[in-house]
Amino acid sequence: MPTPRTLFDKLWDAHVIVAQEHGDTLLWVDRHFVHEGSHHAFAKIGARGIPVARPDLTFGVADHYVPTRGRAGTAAIPDATVRGMVEKLEANTTQYGVRLFGLEDPAQGIVHVVGPERGLTLPGTLIVCGDSHTATHGALGAYAFGIGASEVAHVLATQTIWQRKPKNMRIRVDGVLAPGLTAKDMILAIIMQIGTDGAVGHAVEYAGSAVRALSVEGRLTLCNMSIEAGARTGMVAPDETTISFLRTRPSLVSGAAFDKAAEEWLALAGDDGGRFDKEVSLDASQIAPTVTWGTSPEHALPVTAMVPDPAGIADAAKSAHVADAIAYMGLKAGQAISSIPIDRVFIGSCTNSRIEDLRAAATVLAGRKAKVPGLVSPGSSQIKVQAEQEGLDRIFMAAGLEWAASGCSMCVGMNGDLVAEGERCASTTNRNFKGRQGAGARTHLMSPAMVAAAAVAGMIADVRPMLDGRA
Amino acid sequence: MEPFKRLTAVACPLPFANIDTDQVVPARFMSTPRTQGYGGFLFHDRRRGADGQPTGEFPLDKPERAATKIIVAKRNFGCGSSREAAVYALMDFGIHCVIAPSFGEIFGGNSLSNGLLNARVSERDADTLLGELEAGARELTVDLETQRITGGKVPIQFEIDPAAKLRLINGWDDVQMTLSFRDQIAAFQQQDSVARPWARPV
Repeated sequence: MPTPRTLFDKLWDAHVIVAQEHGDTLLWVDRHFVHEGSHHAFAKIGARGIPVARPDLTFGVADHYVPTRGRAGTAAIPDATVRGMVEKLEANTTQYGVRLFGLEDPAQGIVHVVGPERGLTLPGTLIVCGDSHTATHGALGAYAFGIGASEVAHVLATQTIWQRKPKNMRIRVDGVLAPGLTAKDMILAIIMQIGTDGAVGHAVEYAGSAVRALSVEGRLTLCNMSIEAGARTGMVAPDETTISFLRTRPSLVSGAAFDKAAEEWLALAGDDGGRFDKEVSLDASQIAPTVTWGTSPEHALPVTAMVPDPAGIADAAKSAHVADAIAYMGLKAGQAISSIPIDRVFIGSCTNSRIEDLRAAATVLAGRKAKVPGLVSPGSSQIKVQAEQEGLDRIFMAAGLEWAASGCSMCVGMNGDLVAEGERCASTTNRNFKGRQGAGARTHLMSPAMVAAAAVAGMIADVRPMLDGRA
Repeated sequence: MEPFKRLTAVACPLPFANIDTDQVVPARFMSTPRTQGYGGFLFHDRRRGADGQPTGEFPLDKPERAATKIIVAKRNFGCGSSREAAVYALMDFGIHCVIAPSFGEIFGGNSLSNGLLNARVSERDADTLLGELEAGARELTVDLETQRITGGKVPIQFEIDPAAKLRLINGWDDVQMTLSFRDQIAAFQQQDSVARPWARPV
């Protein structure tokens, strides 16, 4: 009998070209996404005169630097640096014959939203991108991971990548999430439990009934933040939810060929007895709306909790780290998290900008006013159109928030969408690092519904009472 | 890439865990071409005040840490964003080796691509080295062949993946290495197009 294999074992095995004795393995890459930040890599292959090996498997997406406001084509971007970055991507993709989802393309959006939306992200594929949130694509049963600029150059030149096989880790979430809770609360609860290096060296498979119950959008959010738990890749085994999602996508096989492929995709699920080096379990019913209070994603707590007291932490280094985070965030030990006043909100990013996310926020905001300013940036230009058809844009604007175009925007601030120094932002994004949303900016991570609740309350607030009679 | 064999140099303690790559190099500098150098961006917002000048408070800016080539830190160094610019900033500043109990994985790959040694030690050994450096020790020697760190009170062994060690010691360029497997790659593509016809975009 063949050795039982996990989902990840099967994905790995299907891509091995050369396995060296000491563990270095050359893997085939099915999809390579590049963005404005990939300029270093194009410069590297340009300097060596190497062509792009497989332009047909390479896709460009303009997202990291694109403006979200007053968009009128590349030439009209006022900031010269930003314009230069978008132009460089256009020039590089044109030179090498790579399909670009550029600024004015109706399918433009954030790379990790566009891939699944366009049917480019498929179960069983190996996907890389010079972005640490590439694990997002694992939601569809792909082996997807972020790489650095030299690796991007290597993939451009060879359509392959060297890796050592990570260990297998399974994170099970069983039971039922309470109403108003989402995949974002789930992944923050996971990181709170295992820490930001809890999954280092492992490929994570998310499993259990609560994960199965998530839509593809929810699974994308879950896998997206794998890197915040230390894992370069995270994935969910393909099931009927996956197949139904894929059936309506462009750019992939149809008819009998689709049915045949779907059979193979479903067979990727791990065998009984597949070996996991590490296992973690959570009870979904115990998860509360979760927010971060500090400067690391592991600084997460239920909204009902208090900011921790460094004096109560025995480990001196940990205590100092907590004290430092509290100081940066301008908080007090023991302060109730649900009383923290905020200055602005942001709804967007590859973590939480999909149609379901926008609907969840709009459900809370409908008929209410935001006490603070805020920006809503949909994950793709298509989602923007869909949201406008559903009237979500009018709900956001009526509440006093700004409805913008699609891009990475205020998650990383490269396009100039920044949180001012000392300002506190309730954000649907993925990183609350010092200075992430701008020098001196203070970020609290939470779900779109929780960000909407914070906007309405002017402070971090429990969304559950606001959903009475609505959800 | 320059081979890494053995390095004796000033070491600087950074007694922090989870040093993310946003701190190593803030995003706003990443549109800069590499040819302009990234050394000035290293830990920019932690080292510098509003006027852009170093405040002198950050460990790397202490006079006794001038010419630092080795950094010792706590767990999960280089976590977060995949930006290779973090490695550029370290190397352009003059850092050739980071010693820590664990590293962000993408950072690890980026380090390898650029010849920056990531030496993995136990939490206890990291704490010992940090303590000795903070108590006044200045120089360390890192020997990749024997995987030993000396210069402290007792020698410390470090861990590194064997494949990474080979690449660093030889200064191998991975594109060159891969192109030597051209035939295997071609054979894989041929066989794979039959095995997974759905894998190509339509």
